[in-house]
Formats: sequence, C-alpha cells, structure tokens
Amino acid sequence: MFENLTDRLEAVFKKLRGHGVLTEEHIAEAMREVRMALLEADVNYQVARDFVDSVSAKALGREVSQKLSPGQQVIKIVRDELVELLGGSTEQIRFDGRQPVTIMMAGLQGSGKTTTAGKLAAQFKDSGRRPYLVPADIYRPAAIEQLQILGDRVGVPVHPSTADTKPVDICRRAVAAARENNYDTLIIDTAGRLHIDEQLMGELKEIQTAVDLSEILFVADAMTGQDAVTVADTFNKNLEITGVVLTKMEGDARGGAALSIKRVTGKPIMYVGTGEGLDALETFHPDRTASRILGMGDVLTLIEKA
Amino acid sequence: ARTRESFTQRIDELFLGKKQIDAALFDELEEILVTADLGIATTMELLETARRQVKRDNLSDPQQLKHIIKDALKSYLTATNRPAELVMPQQGPFVMMVVGVNGVGKTTTIGKIGAKFHAAGRSVLLVAADTFRAAAISQLKIWGERNDARVIAQHEGADPSSVVFDAMAMAVSKGYDVVLIDTAGRLHTRANLMDELKKIKRVITKQLPDAPHEVLLVIDATTGQNGISQATLFNEAIGVTGIALTKLDGTAKGGIVANITRELQLPIRFIGVGEKIDDLRDFDADEFIEALFAT
Ligand SMILES: Nc1nc2c(ncn2[C@@H]2O[C@H](COP(=O)(O)OP(=O)(O)OP(=O)(O)O)[C@@H](O)[C@H]2O)c(=O)[nH]1
Ligand SMILES: Nc1nc2c(ncn2[C@@H]2O[C@H](COP(=O)(O)OP(=O)(O)OP(=O)(O)O)[C@@H](O)[C@H]2O)c(=O)[nH]1
Ligand SMILES: [Mg+2]
Ligand SMILES: [Mg+2]
Repeated sequence: MFENLTDRLEAVFKKLRGHGVLTEEHIAEAMREVRMALLEADVNYQVARDFVDSVSAKALGREVSQKLSPGQQVIKIVRDELVELLGGSTEQIRFDGRQPVTIMMAGLQGSGKTTTAGKLAAQFKDSGRRPYLVPADIYRPAAIEQLQILGDRVGVPVHPSTADTKPVDICRRAVAAARENNYDTLIIDTAGRLHIDEQLMGELKEIQTAVDLSEILFVADAMTGQDAVTVADTFNKNLEITGVVLTKMEGDARGGAALSIKRVTGKPIMYVGTGEGLDALETFHPDRTASRILGMGDVLTLIEKA
Repeated sequence: ARTRESFTQRIDELFLGKKQIDAALFDELEEILVTADLGIATTMELLETARRQVKRDNLSDPQQLKHIIKDALKSYLTATNRPAELVMPQQGPFVMMVVGVNGVGKTTTIGKIGAKFHAAGRSVLLVAADTFRAAAISQLKIWGERNDARVIAQHEGADPSSVVFDAMAMAVSKGYDVVLIDTAGRLHTRANLMDELKKIKRVITKQLPDAPHEVLLVIDATTGQNGISQATLFNEAIGVTGIALTKLDGTAKGGIVANITRELQLPIRFIGVGEKIDDLRDFDADEFIEALFAT
C-alpha cells in the first residue's frame, strides 16, 4: 500500500531539497508533480486539486519554522496537509453512550462488511465486551450462513435471523434478544447495496429509525478508484455515517480512497482490514500513515522537531 | 438510468456548447478521463496525442476532438485479436476458470454465465473450488439451484485442486458441455495463493490437454489503478484469456479496463450490471465509451 505514491513524492522532494533558494517556479513545478503523483495513486480529482492549491498557498506564504531549509519547509507543509487529509488524530468507536452499543455496517457489494463484522466481534470479545452478531442481509445467497460461520469461529453468538424476515424486524428483535441476554455490543451486518439504490438505502434508514444506532460504519475497498468519494459521500448524506473501515489494505493498492474519503465525508477512518483472517483488523493512525506515505525517515524527524 | 442521462448530457454540453478547441476544453477532458479511472498517465498521453493531431490538421471543431479521443479509446478496448465470443471446443467439455481479487463478483458471474449456457441448452457443471471463504460453497449451491446446474463440492477447507480433479473426471465421464470453476478471491500479491491457482490449472490440463479453454479474470468497475497490477499478476501466474467487468450498474465508469486491455490485449467478454441472474451483458465498446464520458 502507498509504495507507488511514496516513490513519486520522494522524487519530487529530492528535487526540492536540491534548490538553495526556492522560487515560485520551483514550487509550481513541484506542485504539478505532486498532483500527478496523487492522481496516479487514485486520489480523487477534486481532492488532489484542493490539496495542491492549499499546499501552494502555504508554501508561498512561508508560514513555517526558519530552522528548515526552503525545500524542507515545503515538505513539512505537504506532510501536515497529508495528516489533515487523512483525518488528524486517531478516532475509535465509543462505548460510553447508549447501551447496548449498536453498530451497523454499510457499504457497496463485496466491500468486506460481513468479514469486518466478524473481525470486530473478535476484537470486542478480546477486550472483554459481550458482542452479538446480527445478520440482516437477507438477499445475498448464504449471507446469513456466512456470518454464522464467522461467529462460530470467533466464539461470538449470532442472532438466528431468517431470510424471510424484514431486516428492520430482524434488528428490532436482535436488540430485544441482546437486552435479555446481556449482550452489550450489537454488530449488524447489512446487504451490500449501491449508493444510488434508493429503495435499499431506504431500508437502512428504516433500521436507523427503528433502532438506536451508536455507529454506522461505512466499509470501503481500498482498491477503489475515483468513485470512492461519490459512494462515500452518498452513503454519508443518506445515513450520516460515523466512521469508515478500509479493507484489503495489505495488497499493493495505491491508497487514493484512503486519502480522499475523509476529506469528502468529514468522517474518520477508524479501522483498516489487512487480510481475510479474522484477526486482520487494525486501528487506523492518520499521522503514522502520513509518515509512511512520505517514507523519509530522517527528513521527517528533522521536520517534526522544527 | 438517471446517472447515465446526466452523464451523456454533460459530455454533449461540453462539446456542443464549445465553439472552439481551447485549453479549458482539454482541462475538462482531463477531468472526465481521470474521473473515469483511466489514470493520469494514460489520460495525459491521450490528450497529448489529440493535441498534436489538432495542431497538425489544424482542427477547430470540438466534435473532431471528441472523435479523436473516442477512437483512441476504442483502439485500447479492442486491442485483442482473440474473438470476443467464447469458442466451444470441437469435443469434450468447455472448461472455464474464474479468478480475481476478493469480492469482485466471481461467484455471482459464474451463476449468471451458467444460466446463459443453460438457456442455450447446454449441460452445466459448477465447481466449488473456493473452499476457503465462509459459506462460499453454499453460495455456489444456491446459484446451482437457480440455474439448474449440478454443483461439485467437498467440505470447507478441502484442497481446491482435489475438488477440481473430481469435477473434471465427472465432466468427462458424464459428458457435460460446460464446466465453470469458482475459485477463492485472493490478492494478486499473495504468491502462495497464486501458486494454488497454478496447481488448479495443472490439474485441469492433466485431465483435458486443451483445457482450461478460458481463464476469466473478474474486475470490479470501481477498481482504480490497482487493476493493472491485478491483471498483470494474474496473467503472469496463469495466463488470463478474458475479462468480465462487474458492477457497472453503479456510478463507476470502469475506465481501468481500457488500460488493461491495451496492455494485455485481452477481450472483455461480459459486463455485470446487477445482482440478478440475468444481469450479465456482452461488452460493447461504443456503448462503454459513451457511458465513460457521462458524469
Ligand atoms: N485480502 C483481503 N480480503 C478481505 C478483507 N476483508 C474482506 N475480504 C474479503 O473480501 C471478500 C468480500 O468480503 P465480505 O465480507 O463477504 O464482503 P461484504 O461487503 O459482506 O459483501 P456483500 O455482503 O456481498 O456486499 C471476501 O473474500 C473476504 O474474505 C481484507 O482486509 N483483505
Ligand atoms: N451491483 C452489482 N453487484 C454485483 C455484481 N456482481 C456481483 N455483485 C455483488 O457483489 C458481491 C460479491 O459478489 P461475489 O460473487 O460473492 O464475489 P466473489 O468475487 O465471488 O467474492 P469472493 O469469493 O469473496 O472473493 C455480492 O453481493 C454480489 O451480489 C454486479 O454486476 N453489480
Ligand atoms: Mg456481506
Ligand atoms: Mg466467490
């Protein structure tokens, strides 16, 4: 993940560092290359444009430490902007609100909702909670069975849903069952759906109205290209999502979706999926990710001290 | 359908509204092509070629520019000399392996293809060689019921090549016309999992020397520039012979396939336009390009 972007940005920065004095022309040239690098990494077209506009404005304004060379100053601006783009600080699911905590997974077909539901259940259980998995996908062939198997694997109870029950009724009953059995965290798995499918988006809204949801996690595939923001934005507008999970991050995806979704939705990336195994779920750290993208150990240390 | 209209409208507005070819028009074209996931490198190259041609031939009509870009795209998309249609063998079963990264739509596409063959009067065998994903076997069995096909499966965790071995033996002895093999989703960067596919392919060829007749790579239309890496690595591992582009019913344009077909000269066999059994179409380059320009 991100290797491609890292290489491209490093080339740009190397050039920048080579200049004793930075002219406007140098900066403009570097920004053209940064923009190309971002687009090549699947960063959304508009997001990439805004990114370089913002960096350019700050670089020309030079509002940074005098301890750095002009080239390093620009690199620092890019780094800070990247952290900002990725979401600033680490954000996590909150367990202190309404009880039971109720989390709904939502997203396009095949993005990894069911698998992530299983992974979350495993993590919550390990941290001492009493999770309850709720299959509410009545459409995909064998979706309920899939979640049942995952629940068995991680030793978390699964609500006995049937495909002839409306998802909203499944969810209502599951909440009642959780109260009865003292499960403190419900994880609702929903069917994959297109953001433009109004009928199926309506179904999620119905669940939202019927059940007190603590979190709505939008699950997106890290390999997604330019469409990632359209999809995330539409889900967010319909449901007011509370966080994002990016799956399939362990491959060689260029990471544009990761860099674009927060900017467009304003909602934090909370987790990343890094494999098919049920332990392959990590908390997302914007700052560490930015450093990884920039990939320049020594330069970064210097910049961070400044 | 609404998205399609507004997209077509936009490209027409773009070209009709303009009286001349200028930098702003090129900028808008850049945005359209990048947003369709063609990638900035390909986009720049396309626009550069167009710019040169505009200059050389002294073109001024935006419509001419539109044609230049469309023609170039079409040559990318049809850069193969393989037939677009699947070719049935003279003798014995037609064997197809379906591969791709996780969640792109392999199993669903198999269900749909099976239905097409069934409607054409062929006997179809579905093979559950995804023994890894939870409930993958049940999922394929449900598709088997839907399209009246027999499903060969073992238990979860079984060796996929052993499932394929059994299925091939059955197909040959019982005279099935078509064998569709579902494989587990895997990231193309996982060498050991790619080796598993090679092994499956060897088992097929051992029993039927001219098989598999098709190795279909499924690409999700929402895929970004990573699609090139997917296609390249699957192709290196087992020799891809065709592409199915799924989930074109969303808002993603699937532009990455133009890079893939251009690079690897592969035909696009099918497009997926929904989750239902008949949501599978033949690929039409002109229609695809038309839709690609719509926003
Ligand atoms: N490599 C990898 N595969 C993943 C990851 N997360 C999920 N998958 C795989 O992606 C595929 C789809 O995952 P599911 O959990 O079924 O996706 P879904 O969103 O529930 O799919 P639908 O219910 O059909 O919409 C499966 O093959 C999973 O094993 C991940 O982080 N890495
Ligand atoms: N909208 C839409 N959804 C599709 C299409 N094709 C498949 N899907 C959905 O995408 C999801 C994943 O499809 P699968 O067929 O399970 O994908 P797969 O590649 O077999 O997944 P793994 O075996 O887990 O790697 C399911 O929810 C399908 O219904 C399509 O053309 N359009
Ligand atoms: Mg699911
Ligand atoms: Mg499958």
